[in-house]
Amino acid sequence: MPHSISPEDTSTPDEIMSVQDADVDGETQMTEGTLIAESEERNGDTQASDVTDQDMTMADIGNDEEKLPKKELIKDEFKSEVKLEDLFADIESDDEFPSSAVPDVKISSSPEAPESPVHIGPTSRASDPEVMRSFYQRLFPWRYLFQWLNHSPTPSTDFGHREFAFTLQNDAYLRYQSFPTSDLLRKDVLRLNPSRFEIGPVYSTNPRDRKTLRKASSFKPIAKELCFDIDLTDYDDIRTCCDKANICNKCWQFMTMAIKVIDVALREDFGFKHIMWVYSGRRGAHAWVCDKKARTMDDQKRRAIAGYLEVIKGGAQSGKRVNVKRPLHSHVARSLDILKPHFESDVLQDQDPWETDEKFARLLELLPDRTLNEALKKKWSSAPGRSSTSKWADIHALAKSGVSKALDTKALRDAQQDIILEYTYPRLDIEVSKHLNHLLKSPFVVHPGTGRVCVPIDTKRCEDFDPLTTPTVTDLLREIDEWKAPEDSETEDKKLQDWEKTSLKPYVEYFRSFVLALMKDEKDIKVKREREENGGMDF
Amino acid sequence: MIRQDFSRIDPKRRTGLDHRKKQFATPVYQNLEYKHRLNFYVTPPTADITLEQFEQWAIDRLRVLAELEACSFRNKSPAETAEHMKPLLQKYLPLASSSSGSSTLQAERQKDHYSHFILRLAFASTEDLRRRFSRVESMLFRLRFQADDLKDRQAFVESLNLDWETVSSEERAMYAPQLQAAGGGYPKNIEEESFFKVDWERVPELVENRRVFLNAGMAYVPGREQLSMVVAEFTSRLDKALELTSRALPRLDEDDRLTPILNHLSQNFTTPDANYSNSTTALPGADISARNVDALSASFPLCMQHLHRSLRRDAHLKHYGRLQYTLFLKGIGLNLEECLVFWRSSFSKITDDVFNKEYRYNVRHAYGDVGGDSNRRGNGYSPFSCQKILTEHPPGPGEAHGCPYRHFSVDNLTALLQQVGVKDHEVLRGVKEDKEKMKYHLACNRVFDYVHKQEIKKVKDDGTWTSAQLETLVHPNEYFKRSYLLKNLGKNPVEVKEEEKPDVAMED
Repeated sequence: MPHSISPEDTSTPDEIMSVQDADVDGETQMTEGTLIAESEERNGDTQASDVTDQDMTMADIGNDEEKLPKKELIKDEFKSEVKLEDLFADIESDDEFPSSAVPDVKISSSPEAPESPVHIGPTSRASDPEVMRSFYQRLFPWRYLFQWLNHSPTPSTDFGHREFAFTLQNDAYLRYQSFPTSDLLRKDVLRLNPSRFEIGPVYSTNPRDRKTLRKASSFKPIAKELCFDIDLTDYDDIRTCCDKANICNKCWQFMTMAIKVIDVALREDFGFKHIMWVYSGRRGAHAWVCDKKARTMDDQKRRAIAGYLEVIKGGAQSGKRVNVKRPLHSHVARSLDILKPHFESDVLQDQDPWETDEKFARLLELLPDRTLNEALKKKWSSAPGRSSTSKWADIHALAKSGVSKALDTKALRDAQQDIILEYTYPRLDIEVSKHLNHLLKSPFVVHPGTGRVCVPIDTKRCEDFDPLTTPTVTDLLREIDEWKAPEDSETEDKKLQDWEKTSLKPYVEYFRSFVLALMKDEKDIKVKREREENGGMDF
Repeated sequence: MIRQDFSRIDPKRRTGLDHRKKQFATPVYQNLEYKHRLNFYVTPPTADITLEQFEQWAIDRLRVLAELEACSFRNKSPAETAEHMKPLLQKYLPLASSSSGSSTLQAERQKDHYSHFILRLAFASTEDLRRRFSRVESMLFRLRFQADDLKDRQAFVESLNLDWETVSSEERAMYAPQLQAAGGGYPKNIEEESFFKVDWERVPELVENRRVFLNAGMAYVPGREQLSMVVAEFTSRLDKALELTSRALPRLDEDDRLTPILNHLSQNFTTPDANYSNSTTALPGADISARNVDALSASFPLCMQHLHRSLRRDAHLKHYGRLQYTLFLKGIGLNLEECLVFWRSSFSKITDDVFNKEYRYNVRHAYGDVGGDSNRRGNGYSPFSCQKILTEHPPGPGEAHGCPYRHFSVDNLTALLQQVGVKDHEVLRGVKEDKEKMKYHLACNRVFDYVHKQEIKKVKDDGTWTSAQLETLVHPNEYFKRSYLLKNLGKNPVEVKEEEKPDVAMED
């Protein structure tokens, strides 16, 4: 964990103000500040209006590549420009909570602000703070994130007492942040511009007030989505195509298998409905189980689910790592059925895990019959380069030919099943799932290393998901620039939001439908409960 | 509950009111009849007992609970625990079955009932005490439930009125293969066993071990698993009740008679988890520094040697490995600066920047140099005991922490032992047997005895060490300390003080 800064250090005075006041006040203050900075930077170049200035710089970037000093000067101007837009371009106006960012000013000062280009030059990188800021400002689906965590359109403690943790650009880690509404969260993210932020549990009291409480015990986590974290680095001993942080489409198949197996178990066995899988931006995926019942589980129940789903146990030193009882529990049997075809195609063919002598020694270790192993070893050593598929078939063929007299066919079959499981079954980072108060990276943030957006994965089509074609933040910002309004007049009245102009659209739409379904279910529960209580409670 | 002194005038209260009546409702069930041997402890006691009884009963129950907890720390199997506890229970908390016709039946049950509630008061105050109390009480309940005779048990379970839905025979037939598979192939004939259908959250331990069939959030529990369901119910009710008690405690309008007893009781419930303080670890004359760790590692227990070797091999350790090793090093007396030097130089493949960003904080946190107020005041975490290493966070892929005797396969364990110089076949076979019987402590002590064979013989012959100083090791730091002292017998004449015994004697 990087050094943490207590939130008090950075807290702004608007914490204590009412929501609306804070908004207006904060914005005007910032406006003044930036305007001054801007005029200083411009060195007296005051006559240029916002719009013409932008046009000029566009042209400048195109033509004057060699004039470096000038370019830099202009770049500075961009920065201030973008900052200015921050303040006014509140395009995601929320119907339920109209933004308090003085609408008159917005219109009068820069009417074209939402359509204005973002100016991401070809050299800008994803980790560039300004790129991040533009993303949070223009593309991040704040409204749906809010509804997702709040479970209803009106702000409640589900959102208000939720912990957010920011990793700032200087790698400082800011914990126990909380926000009454999505607008305030958005504002703080734009202010601090974190390289990423994480979502923690809902606490019994507002996390910001935790130090003012008289009893420490009255501050405790009470609810969080059940989370799963799968990371391809945990497959390093069996994947041959890549290692460490690298991934390709071949090893991503492990993730596809994992999603299929875990998702079906959570739905069928535990009866959960609202499960969202999210690409973690580099080499893994997260699952968020959002059902009310899942959110309120204590650590013991989370541990129970984690244990139920954990089949591969132990590290490299523990020898055989799959030890499942026979007959196979229905969950393991079903997983095996799902995984078998993947084993043949994705593991044996694509990974070819037993190519060399030392590698197939690991396979032989897992087989029970010594005589058979000897025969197999002889055969494989004499034929270097024999594919893993053939080797897998050899086991069966040699066993049938009766090399070993005392062969226990059942033990061999069980061992083969165990091997399939060891090479395909999901390897969960179990600690994430076990604890209520674990923080997990929010969906839709940008992975600072790859620039890829952590987009949700549609489980119905998880086989089609390709991590290498998920949108990067720079792509998306360019797409906004390149977007042209369609000619037909129908869409003209309705102002499109920025994400609708980009390839982020399907992901946000998926997220929206997920959130709507979740909110609908929560609403039904509430209505039902109220009816049952029959107005006995007086609020 | 307590016999009151009626003539006493309490200055805090207005006179003329019988405060006793104010606090409690009229005790309608003053002479509670105990129908069953077992008790869910739902109704608090209201009859009067003397102060002596109050204290004595509580102490008796505490003895039983403390012993029970010690059994679990020693990794005893359920059968061994039952065997071990039998005479103790008979002595301190006897409970005869309803059919025995014993004349003291009601008195025994009253004592059980009252002592439970007294301890509830004593252990409700802090989160930690509540958790431990609920854990051992559940263990006691489980033990008694298993020992109960069938008729009693059935009658007791029926009296609980737990809403368990019985699975219809059609449904049972429909899921027959799944039900049998979840039961490990039993029952052979699906008609032989009855099944209950409950929300899976009520049987988390069965779910965790995949011992029930799950469908749409419902767990299909076979009749023979009744035990774990009843125990889970017991625990959850007790947890809730303890929570309520803790909230009521500050309002316990009590004079100065009960509070001291209650405080005394809770203090005596000490953690046998050998807490390691710095004063007992100091080794005068020893050079405990970063550059000397390699040399010192010869005296490390196997778990730490494995961590050390992994660290030297990979120039890296994963999180729990770092934590376990850092705390151990802290325990042997390596100070924070030296420890940082040690980790920095060990992680030779990374830059200063990465080290400072990702690792320095954790080390400082473990030493209590940073972190919350309580962490700093407590000087960080204490070094892990064997108990903690054995039971928490089993190592996953690429991790080197944990206990090799427990978490390694036999082959890998033997290989590791041979690498560190334990080659005697007799010892290796002994270790293997210990491991199979899950006596990891014994295996570790066996290796210790082998490695220090000559020195132990010497101190025994000389009579310089008492047998108390050579009892079973239950803490890695204790291992190091004893090993270091034995190996440096001649060089550092150290006065080993008698009273420095670990909190609990482990005589497996």
